[in-house]
Amino acid sequence: MKNLLNPYLWIILLVVGGISVVPILTGDASMREDLFLILMLVVLASSVNIITGYTGYVSFGNIVFFGLGGYFAFYLMQNFETNFVLAALVGGVGASIVAVLIGIPVLRLRGAYFALATIGINEAMRTFVANFDPFGGSVGMFFNYSVYNAYGGAKNALWFAYDGIVVVALATIAASFLIKKSKFGLGLLAIREDQDAAKVLGIDPARAKVIAYTFSAFFPALAGALFFFKNGIIEPDVAFDLLRSIEALVMVMLGGYGTVVGPIVGATVYERITALLITAPSITVLGVSLGFSQLHLAIAGFLLLLIVLFVTAGFVGWLRQRFPRTRRYLE
Amino acid sequence: MNLAVLVSSSIDGLMLGFIYGLAAMGLTLIFGVMRVINLAHGAVITLGMFALYLFSVQLGLNPYLALVLTLFLGLAFGVVMYFISVHRVINAPELTTLLATFSVDLIIVGVGTAIFTTSPFSVNVDLGTYGSGEITVLGTKIVAVLAAILITVALYYFLYRTRIGKSIRAVANNRSAAELMGINTTAMLALSFGLGTMLAMISGGLIATLFTFTILTGDDYQTKSFVIVVIGGLGNPTGALVGGILLGLLEGIATLFMQPSWVPVIEYVAFVLILLLRPNGLFGARA
Amino acid sequence: MTNTASVILAVENVSMRFGGLVALDRVSLTVHEGEIFGIIGPNGAGKTTLFNVINGVYAPHEGRILFRGEDITGMPPFQASRRGIARTHQVVRPLGELTTKENAMVGACFGRENLSLEKSSIVADEILEFVGLAARQDMLAGKLNIAQKKRLEMARALAARPLLLLLDEVLAGLNPQEVAEMLTVIRKIRDQGVTIIMIEHLMHAVMNLSDRVFVLDYGAKIAEGAPQAVSSDPRVIEAYLGDPKMAQRLLEGSA
Repeated sequence: MKNLLNPYLWIILLVVGGISVVPILTGDASMREDLFLILMLVVLASSVNIITGYTGYVSFGNIVFFGLGGYFAFYLMQNFETNFVLAALVGGVGASIVAVLIGIPVLRLRGAYFALATIGINEAMRTFVANFDPFGGSVGMFFNYSVYNAYGGAKNALWFAYDGIVVVALATIAASFLIKKSKFGLGLLAIREDQDAAKVLGIDPARAKVIAYTFSAFFPALAGALFFFKNGIIEPDVAFDLLRSIEALVMVMLGGYGTVVGPIVGATVYERITALLITAPSITVLGVSLGFSQLHLAIAGFLLLLIVLFVTAGFVGWLRQRFPRTRRYLE
Repeated sequence: MNLAVLVSSSIDGLMLGFIYGLAAMGLTLIFGVMRVINLAHGAVITLGMFALYLFSVQLGLNPYLALVLTLFLGLAFGVVMYFISVHRVINAPELTTLLATFSVDLIIVGVGTAIFTTSPFSVNVDLGTYGSGEITVLGTKIVAVLAAILITVALYYFLYRTRIGKSIRAVANNRSAAELMGINTTAMLALSFGLGTMLAMISGGLIATLFTFTILTGDDYQTKSFVIVVIGGLGNPTGALVGGILLGLLEGIATLFMQPSWVPVIEYVAFVLILLLRPNGLFGARA
Repeated sequence: MTNTASVILAVENVSMRFGGLVALDRVSLTVHEGEIFGIIGPNGAGKTTLFNVINGVYAPHEGRILFRGEDITGMPPFQASRRGIARTHQVVRPLGELTTKENAMVGACFGRENLSLEKSSIVADEILEFVGLAARQDMLAGKLNIAQKKRLEMARALAARPLLLLLDEVLAGLNPQEVAEMLTVIRKIRDQGVTIIMIEHLMHAVMNLSDRVFVLDYGAKIAEGAPQAVSSDPRVIEAYLGDPKMAQRLLEGSA
């Protein structure tokens, strides 16, 4: 794998890793919380980018794997006091197996039909889990605080979870890069552009798509395991939140569809804008007090519309188009 | 089980089904004509509810006059929404149109939440109850069903008997061929989007005469519309109406036999299975 | 001259129906290694369907396809590609958001030799040079003009290092200058030992290039043989009578 030595990969990893390590060094808990969320969104966006940005299959309900990973891991930790790392890996592998089983039939659907099916799968899973008693039904599950004892108490567990998300985020970025630069990745891009032509050129689309879908399931499942471990509580509406699923696609679009850096930039910018809007003071229009915190959805929507209409390629894509020479470096 | 309860639940479900169907027809019409899945569908349904609330409660108009106003507002809003958010990306890949319409959803829900918060609203319309014994039906429901049927008939008359309606169907069949035949496709696309939006808004208005609602209620009807549209076949208005009635009946009757919380599980599983096995809908040609 | 060479492709009694429409009606043909085999016929005769059956886009309703003695009937197209069958499309299908070179690399990567990215990059460079697209290698394929896209189709197919190349109207839509260039390319490919089956409407080209010509009409074979013999066959002329201009060109082509 000579791509492992690609300097561009190491620059991205060093930048992301370098920023991530700051709260660990300074012990800044509020920065840690901000970065946890950003890194988690980077994982979600970069992962959905593999099936959607590289392969061209719009996985609207990709959050289903985040939720499944979270539930599998949570269940093991709660009931069998399984070590977190093992529980998270089981969650990741479990979600990947589900991705294969779902992917084989569903990836035969094309375009809007596939997008709709992924929404249906997520909603079916959400409503099913809400009825599934071993997972706590609609109330969900919450930890005994003794679960955290193995990690040096609840406070240390937060740092442990943060270390975890840094590792998962870096792994996701590396995987996203290596896939894009591999022969397998070239096959995915060919499928995105024209599946039938790709098939004639010697690519087995069914197989390639399922593998891509599995990748886009594995990392979000790990992120889900971490997120709900950190929260100590998991419930269906949070685990299988369709809005968050769509937001991940918005981030991909914002940063640059099908690029490696795009989802990272998109996730960061999107999270920062939302955070800014939520904390901004309210304004009064026609005697009605309008909080930005309430308007943040509307403003996010407005920004998204502008991007979709005018900067279709996203920020990184725009750079690549505007300055073709950057194409060689900006993957 | 009591037969009267079964009959009463079936009637209830059937009547609700007409309104579900009406909403879903809006979604399927837009998809059928331009292959766009309108993710602002639920928000537009909500808009219909609040339009009715504003016209009837705030301005004090008769609720059914308010419904007529809502109808025209829906048409106008749809045309405007088409030109703002869809026209520029009409030929782009699915993700683009999905996100373009989703952004409109965010804007409507965001502004709506800022103004109306997420607390419940209602429009009180009392037309009495009809029937006897255990089988009674609200007058408002009867009117809602009649309105749904009337609008459906009018829509079919428009699509199949008028020149403009035929043009819309030509555009749906083959946009470039329609263009060559001298049809103003942009106008037809905008009009279809307007009609689809109108159907969604008017169904929102009808729902508002029956139940309380919040700014987020439309989302439930959006997912129901997806299920219905898939049952009936994407792009098939008749299928949407039949699908709506089936779903309404299922919801009405299923709750007698199982926990209500299991009903959506069945709906969504059926949704995915139909997409996989009968992508043209239960009544469409086999895949 | 080719009769002594071994058979690379045998199509045996292949039929294909779409609903009630019979697109191919018990078609049989054999192609020998190293020859250029022309397929002609009026529009809708089933020529492209025949290609689709040969490389596995469709599985025929009856009949067999043998490639180098192996039964490949109903095998998916990517398997056909791995075995050495490459094709171009009548309506060009560039991978629009990939560069010209990446397009060619896809061909090389997933073709008969199943090359690594590094090796396919070298092959792609060679092939782009060969078809005259080297200067456009970093351009997005979607931005190429139609003649360049036709050559890109050719490049992708060649990058797979095929044993059998199916060319579906590669000359259509090209101006005389471009046609001449493409003909040179086709001859060079044949000189490298690649067997070619070409569907072509441009009669003078197909008559000049082909070793043998096969005529399809309404999904069935109506003639087969040397170009001169075929073009004077009354059944062939009759098949084209619905299109007098085409009949005229056919006669000119044989002259």
